[in-house]
Amino acid sequence: MSPESKDIAISAKGIHKVFNPGTDEEVIALQDIDLEIEASEFVSLIGPSGCGKSTLMRLIGDLIQPTAGELLVNGKAPARARLDREYGMVFQAATLYEWRSVTKNVQLPLEIMGYAKSERKQRAQAMLEMVELGAFANHFPWQLSGGMQQRVSIARALAFDPSVLLMDEPFGALDEFTRERMNLELLKIWEQTRKTIIFVTHSIAEAVFLSNRIVVMSPRPGRITEIVGNPLPYPRDFSTRNDPAYHDLVARVRDLLRDAVGSLSADPSSGQYVSEPGAD
Amino acid sequence: MAPAEAQTTATLMASIRRRLAFYFPTIAIAVGVILLWEVIVVFFNIQQFLLPKPSAIFAEFMLQVDLWLAPDERSILIESSGATFWEAFGGFIIGCGSGILVALITSRWTIVSEATMPFAIAANSVPIIAFAPIMNNWFGITNPASKMAIVAIIVFFPTMINTVRGLTLVDLEQLELMRSYAATPARIMFSLRIPNALPFIFSALRVASALSLIGAVVAEFFGGPRATLGVYITQEAGAFDFAKAWTAILMASIIGISFYLVVLIAERRLMPWHVSFRGAA
Repeated sequence: MSPESKDIAISAKGIHKVFNPGTDEEVIALQDIDLEIEASEFVSLIGPSGCGKSTLMRLIGDLIQPTAGELLVNGKAPARARLDREYGMVFQAATLYEWRSVTKNVQLPLEIMGYAKSERKQRAQAMLEMVELGAFANHFPWQLSGGMQQRVSIARALAFDPSVLLMDEPFGALDEFTRERMNLELLKIWEQTRKTIIFVTHSIAEAVFLSNRIVVMSPRPGRITEIVGNPLPYPRDFSTRNDPAYHDLVARVRDLLRDAVGSLSADPSSGQYVSEPGAD
Repeated sequence: MAPAEAQTTATLMASIRRRLAFYFPTIAIAVGVILLWEVIVVFFNIQQFLLPKPSAIFAEFMLQVDLWLAPDERSILIESSGATFWEAFGGFIIGCGSGILVALITSRWTIVSEATMPFAIAANSVPIIAFAPIMNNWFGITNPASKMAIVAIIVFFPTMINTVRGLTLVDLEQLELMRSYAATPARIMFSLRIPNALPFIFSALRVASALSLIGAVVAEFFGGPRATLGVYITQEAGAFDFAKAWTAILMASIIGISFYLVVLIAERRLMPWHVSFRGAA
């Protein structure tokens, strides 16, 4: 938590989200969510499938609307923040447009937002260099590896300089090596840009390595079990993973998750929260 | 420069050789089938009105080409081919054009496209060629418009159905991305839905290119001007001049295949990024 900026980026009070209300398929996705995230904070949402962590992220991004409760993003309603282009989004799939070259993909939001051509090119190139893909501007997405595609998608999300970066399991589809490298790169980008980052993940190690705070969630109904502060100092690097404090935190979060799942009872499959790839 | 040029020539030759090697089995099969056909006709002494020899068909074809090239002669076969081509082409443009247009308009309102799709799919299973006599009645039997109308209706439905699918089957996350950019519906249409629909549209156009020639020729079987392939085939077959009838079938095949190839080339030009062409570029 950076002491110089105490601005609240995201404030959620008493958020409820019910899908298909009043029908047989009614699902209480989120219940009594209270959460405050400061500007420039890196917060991870972690929990087993069905805990509503993606739903919470999508509520913040105004992709869906809460059933009840108050949600403010930079002091505005989420819809206002979206219209003001405050959100950069990164999904598990890179979701690049296959008919556009790498640089054209990064320029897409800039085109939509009416930037001049020269500025589009310049910004795209700068972003691609930040994710170390400057030499691949004219390649097409299918010519890149999964990790490279995801870096393009991060460059695209940052191109128009949004204040909030919403990341929904962005590295979930990558192998362990690539994932660890991407974690380092993301931290580097965050230290450069100081965006507010909300990061949804299944991986305890990733959440502990990256974030200021870890929001542990539990399912049915989705709610926040505990918010764990992370005192590990930045900049973090490979040696961070050898720090005993890091291991303590990982163990702590794991216990919290086990409690969350354990309270669920007899469903044996629900113990597998870490590797479960399913969407919630 | 000379070594560099030699290098390019060498790679060019290598690429030609690779292509030849790739297409060799196809060419070998075609040549083999034609040879077998010739041998069977000669060996079993099959009457020419049952099955003419490929060499006889080819000789008739060359005769027609010579007639066409001679200044004071005319070749009804070549004229027929031209007429039928224009019917098929006109119908293709009208039918596919309006199919894409209607799809673009209806997909703008989900309710409209969902309401019209069942009818389009039902209409697509109707043997539209059965309407040929009706179209002859409406537009006049010798009016090319009667054949174009049939072709247009035949190609309209597959094109419309595929285009609607391409415009609506868009990845949810790509739509959410557009939403996060606060993109306008028009912007989403041009930057996401239409490029997404291109592969669907082209696969419809490929089918339509073959259907349009079939539609034109079969519609002509129900009557039309003398110089059209369908009429030519029925008349020459009726007169037991089967070499001529087969030459007309050959012409119809050549037009159909060229038509298909033109669509294929356009497809490669317009979407070189597509998965089916990767590695070919």
